[in-house]
Amino acid sequence: MLKKTIALSAVASFALLWTATSQAAGGRDYIAIVGSSTVYPFATTVAEQFGKTTKFKTPKIESTGSGGGMKLFCAGSGIETPDITNASRRIKHSEYEKCQKNGVKEITEIKIGYDGIVIANAKTAERLKLTKKDLYLALAKDVPSPDGSEKLVANPYTTWKDVNPALPDTKIEVLGPPPTSGTRDAFVELAMEGGCKTIDWIKAIKKKDKKQFKAICHTVREDGAYIEAGENDNLIVQKLAANPKALGIFGFSFLDQNGDKIQGSLVNGEEPTFENIAAGKYPVSRPLFFYVKKSHVGVIPGMVEYLNEFTSDKAWGEEGYLADKGLIPMPAEERSRFAADAKALKPLVLTKE
Amino acid sequence: MWFENTVKNMNNTKHSAAYTPHDASSREESTMQRVNVGLARRYRRERLFRYCGLGAIIASIGFLLLLFISITANGWTAFIQTEILLDIKFSAEHFDVDNLSAANYGALVKSSMRQLFPDVKNRREKRKLYKLVSSGAVYRLQKMVMKDTGIIGTTQAVWLPADDEVDMFAKGRVDRDLAENNRRLNDKQIHWIDTLSATGRLKKKFNTTFFTAGDSREPELAGIRGATAGSLFTLAVTLFLSFPIGVATAVYLEEFAPKNKWTDLVEVNINNLAAVPSIVFGLLGLAFFLNILGMPRSAPLVGGLVLTLMTLPTIIIASRASLKSVPPSIKEAALGVGASKMQAITHHILPLALPGMMTGTIIGMAQALGETAPLLMIGMVAFIVDVPGSVTDPATVLPVQIYLWADSPERAFVERTSAAIMVLLAFLISMNAIAVFLRRKFERRW
Repeated sequence: MLKKTIALSAVASFALLWTATSQAAGGRDYIAIVGSSTVYPFATTVAEQFGKTTKFKTPKIESTGSGGGMKLFCAGSGIETPDITNASRRIKHSEYEKCQKNGVKEITEIKIGYDGIVIANAKTAERLKLTKKDLYLALAKDVPSPDGSEKLVANPYTTWKDVNPALPDTKIEVLGPPPTSGTRDAFVELAMEGGCKTIDWIKAIKKKDKKQFKAICHTVREDGAYIEAGENDNLIVQKLAANPKALGIFGFSFLDQNGDKIQGSLVNGEEPTFENIAAGKYPVSRPLFFYVKKSHVGVIPGMVEYLNEFTSDKAWGEEGYLADKGLIPMPAEERSRFAADAKALKPLVLTKE
Repeated sequence: MWFENTVKNMNNTKHSAAYTPHDASSREESTMQRVNVGLARRYRRERLFRYCGLGAIIASIGFLLLLFISITANGWTAFIQTEILLDIKFSAEHFDVDNLSAANYGALVKSSMRQLFPDVKNRREKRKLYKLVSSGAVYRLQKMVMKDTGIIGTTQAVWLPADDEVDMFAKGRVDRDLAENNRRLNDKQIHWIDTLSATGRLKKKFNTTFFTAGDSREPELAGIRGATAGSLFTLAVTLFLSFPIGVATAVYLEEFAPKNKWTDLVEVNINNLAAVPSIVFGLLGLAFFLNILGMPRSAPLVGGLVLTLMTLPTIIIASRASLKSVPPSIKEAALGVGASKMQAITHHILPLALPGMMTGTIIGMAQALGETAPLLMIGMVAFIVDVPGSVTDPATVLPVQIYLWADSPERAFVERTSAAIMVLLAFLISMNAIAVFLRRKFERRW
């Protein structure tokens, strides 16, 4: 009996390996997508619709983060590499060059809409009215000395009131994403750098020494006031509901779904609502993208149809199903421009900044 | 006579202990006294020691209960799903006989909703009304028509899944006393839901979708079948590879290998491998199976290979222990009556050692079932809707499905996450139960 088992399993494992290699050689009949965890909820919704309404298989979507997705996408143009990568920021120049070097010559860039980054706290607490400058002063590692002299000191602020007398006298305690996250990149760039620039002498540094400027504005404090809460935004929402003193940083869709428990703080006087983000009034919002490998269109079945589905008004329009999921749609003019790009598969040309 | 002396002595002792308990000059007496003095304290310590052990067990059972209760309390509602009864008019003009899947099923749902609430005129309100029914309702209608084209032209009462917001509301997970702008459903929608439920058109039914569907972005359409199939394929590959390899390794090391530096080295390495963090095996899988051998990403085949590497040490160690526990007399007797070494092993030692090996294997498999970290590296953390049909189809596994749902913004995924955890726990408990059963049934003691 044992001999039989061993013989059987040996045969089975060879058969498995054989099918695997033949599969790899025979090509793929589904679209492979990688990339940002922020775009993931939207891309998966489109993929599901696409799979259910067309004859093609449902695309496979991995949530690897924007950077991880670019790395896989730019690894080569072979069929084993992904066809599309989602990103919650624009492709970096270094990534674009890597793509070019590895033979991924023609990439089409499609902007899909906007995502607001909210700074929220529990409904039971007072709603905060923050400015970008408050956020910078509360969360940067080094801030200008409170005595007004033009030098940096380690962040001395412990309560919001210290930062701005108009704010409540509660401890600064912010739960936010870790440095690997695209949300963190965007928050640092939009909110903190935005606040940083309002201080004239730091703004002056930007012209002289870009690196130093970035180090001042982009470094988040590490003394416990900013708590890295992992990539799980649901967890942050639960922690906020339990601790009314804490603030949390996450994508708009989580505020949208949990409006009974948490409220978004006003930034520069604007409330994070669907309308305000769509109108471009709310200052901490960023565009979301995906990138298409042109050489795979026509090779992998369903690529053109997937692009059509994503760029249809039914999906990304003002009343499309992605808006229900929390994506902030682009204005009509921008939508039609990117839809045309998708149709023509217009290659992206990125020149050195 | 020496024994008489002894008896006498014993008698003496007894006497002195019994009759002169306060005589401090007697050596035996002082010992007894000292024992007596400390006895109460010793008993107390003994009791305390026992209570410590008992306390530890109670604490761990308490934690376990807390886990089970909180998961069950969160998750049991996922096994029921709110459905809405609609009278769908399958009028012939909507259908093209050659292309049934292209019919506008959404329009059928919408028109029957409009019939129920004829006073809703405004376009915005209509949209709100249509949202009460899940976007998956159309697929259910499509399936019905595909199965039986005879229903075209008739009107059927059909139970269709409600949207997840409605479902959450019906299950009492949304507070209706909240201010309107804090809720996902507005006052009108709640009024419609109340009307539906008052007319018996809103019911909670057993959620079969949860067991028959793959993943979905709509909580009411999401199921664990895809992840379960992925787990089964992955475990099948793992079992097929790790059991024979593990047993063969154990037999060779235990019965044939010469005792020298090299076998010592192999042994040390196997023990080390058992302690390597699983993510390392994932990285190895990415570097070797995907990048060098060019195997497909996200496939249960690769997942199985990686988990094989992870479970092999467990199986080898368990198999060697159970081979060692077979008494040498059995092998010697077999060799003594003229069996060859192979015959002694396959006819006598292996059958006796097999229950122990299987127990080790099942425990290794249970470990593999709960693993996510190595699968992250080889692309099995992915959104996959189609249920995998072979080991090379893209797939995900149960723990990964739990992880993905836990990170979804929709409120209804919270209960689905807990429900998926319950299913995973059920698998783990039954696997461990099988291991216990095998041990009880076949294990022999000498």
